[in-house]
Amino acid sequence: MAKHRVTATVNGDAVEFLCETRQTLLEVLRDELRLTGTKEGCGTGDCGACSVTVDERLVCSCLVLGVEAQGKSIQTIEGMAGDKELHPLQRKFLEHAALQCGICTPGILIAARSLLERNPDPTEGELRYWLAGNLCRCTGYHKIVEAVLDAAREMRGG
Amino acid sequence: MSTMVKYEEKELRVVGTRPLRPDGVDKVTGRARFAADYNLPGQLIGKVLRSPHAHARIKSIDTSKAKALPGVKAVVTRDDFADMPVEYALSGELTINFRDVTRNMMAREKVLYDGHPVAALAATSEWIAREAIKLIKVEYEVLPHVIDVLEAMKPGAPLLHEEQYTQDVTPKPDRPSNIAKRLAFSRGDIEAGFRQADLIIERTFNTKPVHQCYIEPQACLASYTEDGQVELWTATQGHFVFRAQCAKVLQMDVSKIRVTPTEIGGGFGGKTNIYTEPLAIALSRKSHRPVKMVMTREDVFRATGPTSGANVRIKMGCTRDGRITAAEAELNFQAGAFAGSSVGQASMCAFTRYDLDNVRVVGNDVTVNRPKVAAYRAPGAPIPVFGVESVIDEMAKKFGIDPIEFRLRNAAKEGTQTYYGPKLGRIGYIETLEKARAHPHYSAPVGPNQGRGVATGFWYSIGKETCVALNINEDGTVTLMLGTVDVAGGSRASMAMMVAEELGIDYDKVRPIIGDTSSLGFNFVTAGSRSTFASGMASVLAARQAIEKMRQRVAQIREVPLDDVIWKDGQALPAGSAAKQFAPMSLTEIAKVAGKTGGAIAGHVEINAQGAGPGFGTHIVDVEVDKQTGLIKILRYTVVQDVGKAIHPAYVEGQFQGGAVQGIGWALNEEYVYGGDGVLQNPGFLDYRVPVFSDVPFIDTVIVEVPNPNHPYGVRGCGEVPIIVPMAAIANAVENAIGIRLCEQPMSPPRVLKAIGEAAAGNLKV
Amino acid sequence: MSEIRYEKPKTLQAAVALLSGANGQARVLAGGTDLLIQMRSGRVEPELLVDIKGVPEMRSIVAESDGFRFGAAVTCMELIEHEEFARAWPGVTDGVKLIGSIQVKGRATVGGNLCNASPAADSVPGLIAAAAIARIIGPNGQRDVPVQDIPAGPGRTLLAKGEIVVSFLLPRRSPRSGDAYLRFTPRTEMDIAVVGAGVNLTLDKKGFCTQARLSLGAVAERALLVHDAAAALIGTPIDNAALDRLAAAASAACRPIDDKRGTKDFRIKVAGVIARRAAEIALERARRTN
Repeated sequence: MAKHRVTATVNGDAVEFLCETRQTLLEVLRDELRLTGTKEGCGTGDCGACSVTVDERLVCSCLVLGVEAQGKSIQTIEGMAGDKELHPLQRKFLEHAALQCGICTPGILIAARSLLERNPDPTEGELRYWLAGNLCRCTGYHKIVEAVLDAAREMRGG
Repeated sequence: MSTMVKYEEKELRVVGTRPLRPDGVDKVTGRARFAADYNLPGQLIGKVLRSPHAHARIKSIDTSKAKALPGVKAVVTRDDFADMPVEYALSGELTINFRDVTRNMMAREKVLYDGHPVAALAATSEWIAREAIKLIKVEYEVLPHVIDVLEAMKPGAPLLHEEQYTQDVTPKPDRPSNIAKRLAFSRGDIEAGFRQADLIIERTFNTKPVHQCYIEPQACLASYTEDGQVELWTATQGHFVFRAQCAKVLQMDVSKIRVTPTEIGGGFGGKTNIYTEPLAIALSRKSHRPVKMVMTREDVFRATGPTSGANVRIKMGCTRDGRITAAEAELNFQAGAFAGSSVGQASMCAFTRYDLDNVRVVGNDVTVNRPKVAAYRAPGAPIPVFGVESVIDEMAKKFGIDPIEFRLRNAAKEGTQTYYGPKLGRIGYIETLEKARAHPHYSAPVGPNQGRGVATGFWYSIGKETCVALNINEDGTVTLMLGTVDVAGGSRASMAMMVAEELGIDYDKVRPIIGDTSSLGFNFVTAGSRSTFASGMASVLAARQAIEKMRQRVAQIREVPLDDVIWKDGQALPAGSAAKQFAPMSLTEIAKVAGKTGGAIAGHVEINAQGAGPGFGTHIVDVEVDKQTGLIKILRYTVVQDVGKAIHPAYVEGQFQGGAVQGIGWALNEEYVYGGDGVLQNPGFLDYRVPVFSDVPFIDTVIVEVPNPNHPYGVRGCGEVPIIVPMAAIANAVENAIGIRLCEQPMSPPRVLKAIGEAAAGNLKV
Repeated sequence: MSEIRYEKPKTLQAAVALLSGANGQARVLAGGTDLLIQMRSGRVEPELLVDIKGVPEMRSIVAESDGFRFGAAVTCMELIEHEEFARAWPGVTDGVKLIGSIQVKGRATVGGNLCNASPAADSVPGLIAAAAIARIIGPNGQRDVPVQDIPAGPGRTLLAKGEIVVSFLLPRRSPRSGDAYLRFTPRTEMDIAVVGAGVNLTLDKKGFCTQARLSLGAVAERALLVHDAAAALIGTPIDNAALDRLAAAASAACRPIDDKRGTKDFRIKVAGVIARRAAEIALERARRTN
């Protein structure tokens, strides 16, 4: 059987790739498009390390097939920083030491940005529940929460 | 010869501040390359066939159909690896035996746990590899298995190793046993101690095995070329130890293997042993192509190195004014499929927070049909501390003594003789207790069904072999080559800070790099809270060496005696006693002319660092218990810990918070669940329940600094103590909330509800 | 080793034709959050995936004269973000909110949650309590079936080959009605329900209960509709005594198993507690709508 030929947009750039039905979007991003910033932590949608947005919807890319990306706009961590500078979330993560090993960081940044786009002023509780699908084992979550709330403050102009 | 560098108190410019970590930008942009992100042209994908049985003899392995599948380029089984004789080595904080290492990476006579590797192959794609694995036929003779540690200790239990006789027991046993080793520590006269007691409490505690759950599964990429050279990229906490182990089991020269430690997605002790690395190398050797092997999360749970589950009996006696007169512990630890659990380390940490005259600790290292255990952040210590700190709380309550006060009355301090050997040097245990007592958390009010618990922990920390190379570049910047892997904590930044401090230059002029195994001498694993301590010491010594050389150059250039040249604030200056004044030279100026004055300037140091300072911590936790469902909610958590000196306070706080939350997970919901067939039922993050964002509150941190006299900046290791305390603190909090003492971990809702029911029915003996 | 065929039909008829005409195993691909995991583990090895996300009737949310109709392939997030629906059916929305993480909810669908037929599915008890009706299309035409009649057991439904659940109809709300879904999990999120309870009730002007439905999840081979629980509430002002009877009826109705997520005993005890708490929330919502 022939592979699927898929056209989509990734981080604003038009892309084209071939994939088998059973290849997930995560595999396509990492293995076909060589965008290794999105990580596999579990492959079953339980850890969030593979988080991306598809048409602005936060999803686990390990639970989306590559062929389902046809015509969609996908955002990964590689597209988060602007041309010249880091996104406020990225900067705040660095300032607050909100990362240690960094493997969960791309997924959490994507998830946090998705929240702030919908809810620019989340409470601590709303933030913790939104990010519950992203596991971190190094930080105990504390500094991540502080960093996101601080970034939200800055992005609101506070 | 070992190295110790004394602490000097001085004014600090860089150490103690919070600069950004050098690997940070790469990590927040997704550029940082972890092991699974590496690829080589022509690479094959390797996969492992794993045993579906907990215990079985391997009668035959038929790989012919797999070999024949188009796209399969190499297959290996036990026949491709040499048998190893018994030989011990240190690996991280545990000891390994090479005879077991080779059997753990590839089963030989028997499979000893669900997930044990039986064969491996490499193919041109992931899908072909998966299909080929299904085509390997293995004939097993399934044997009875045993997992529970007490069951495994009984004579007549299914035996894992026919040639294993309990070590260190007299008379020498005449029958093999699952008890691989028995150890004992004692001090004073335990029976006399109990006789002196006004109160004796004896309790049994049981804990289940848990996993480190680093979010990055193990992954490696190996390239074996026809001249017998190997390049290996892997997620490891110790590339030199991995090199040594691979060289041994593959019977290669150490110099022929070059291991690059990739950016690592968490380790916590679980990445201190080889798993698929030698398989990838062997497959690469056979196929003449690079081989990449990435574990699935299921593989990680089934077949890497989770912790011991354990059975622990604690018996303690005290006088009515709260002086402990006797302390006894029996620790029975699962070692997994092969001997070598952390029961020794656990034994050392059980009581060491207290100044005790009469102590007896007996430990049993017991093989059971589970994966071989590896270290997990203060390996073993949380388990007996769960018991000991619970019993201490009971004793304090019985006599109406405040729990912190009780601990203060027995606290270890400088000069306290431990029961396992050394005398304690300058420590900060009492300081952490006093700071905890003074903290607003300790006196805040609690509501109905809420309770507060306190507990304390100790970890001894290690130093060991460490090499560092510091190079002054032509423009006066500095490259610091480290050999201790930065397992997330940020240690490479801390080393750069110490070097910047020593040299008197800006932090961002020092670039720390973790070198591969070709670039430095042997470095021990990043474990035992050693990296900031040992690599820090080595970095400081290397900086001082470089300063020496720069002084010599300036003396030469300015034509003055060496003694007239001092180093201050990044430059060479005339000493106060100098006969002749001369124009100072900055580091940059010296570096510019280094080539002409004798060559590049460097400092390199190869030491065995000694003098690691023990760390102590006191935790306070508030919980609320839903008595109708058994659910425990963590309301508030405070960590107070002595770290000697916080080189980078944010990283120290990160260790406190991360370790505490791992401890909370261990206390509340994490456990390995086995079926009656010995197969692991929850090898995934759905049913192996680590804490999520919404499960925990902010973790307050208080950094105590009682400098370690044996480190130039007073550093003590800090990464391990935080995980030791939560189980006990939470158990104590639950007891204060609802009057029930929980002795089983995890304190999951079904267990809690059952205990509440039993207490209500009057069945539970309190 | 076979390749999997993937089709994305644009009409219901085309989807039904593909499914009923398939020779080997065929599966509907909606959110994929259960299916992809099952494919990865080898539990399911489909030869054909029919992606129904291109079929308009399955993706819409419409307030009709006889109630709300939402497509079986509407994602959880879309349903949660639909303010009117969430206001009318907060209990059904409670359940949908608990189907996994935000990421999972970004793809998962109520149709998938129902047809995957896990006894612990979080959207199902709320739907059953709401007396939701599923519209099914198949090779033999269309039929409407109460949601509780669709799951047959763990992983099995009563759908015939070629049939697809197209949409759900939630009946018009009577005044003074409220619904709620609560579940018990050991963590705050990311767990499969150990016990789930959906309650839907209506009060009369005096505050007495005129209608009530309780559905329990994760305590039997499929979600249960507990008639005795309804009887415990109807005709009462839903005071403590009535709630106690409800809790007892809930516990009595359970026929749970021991598994890695909970023991029999625990489920039976907690079913009563959760049912009671869900009823209290539904009651408070019913009183508030006045």
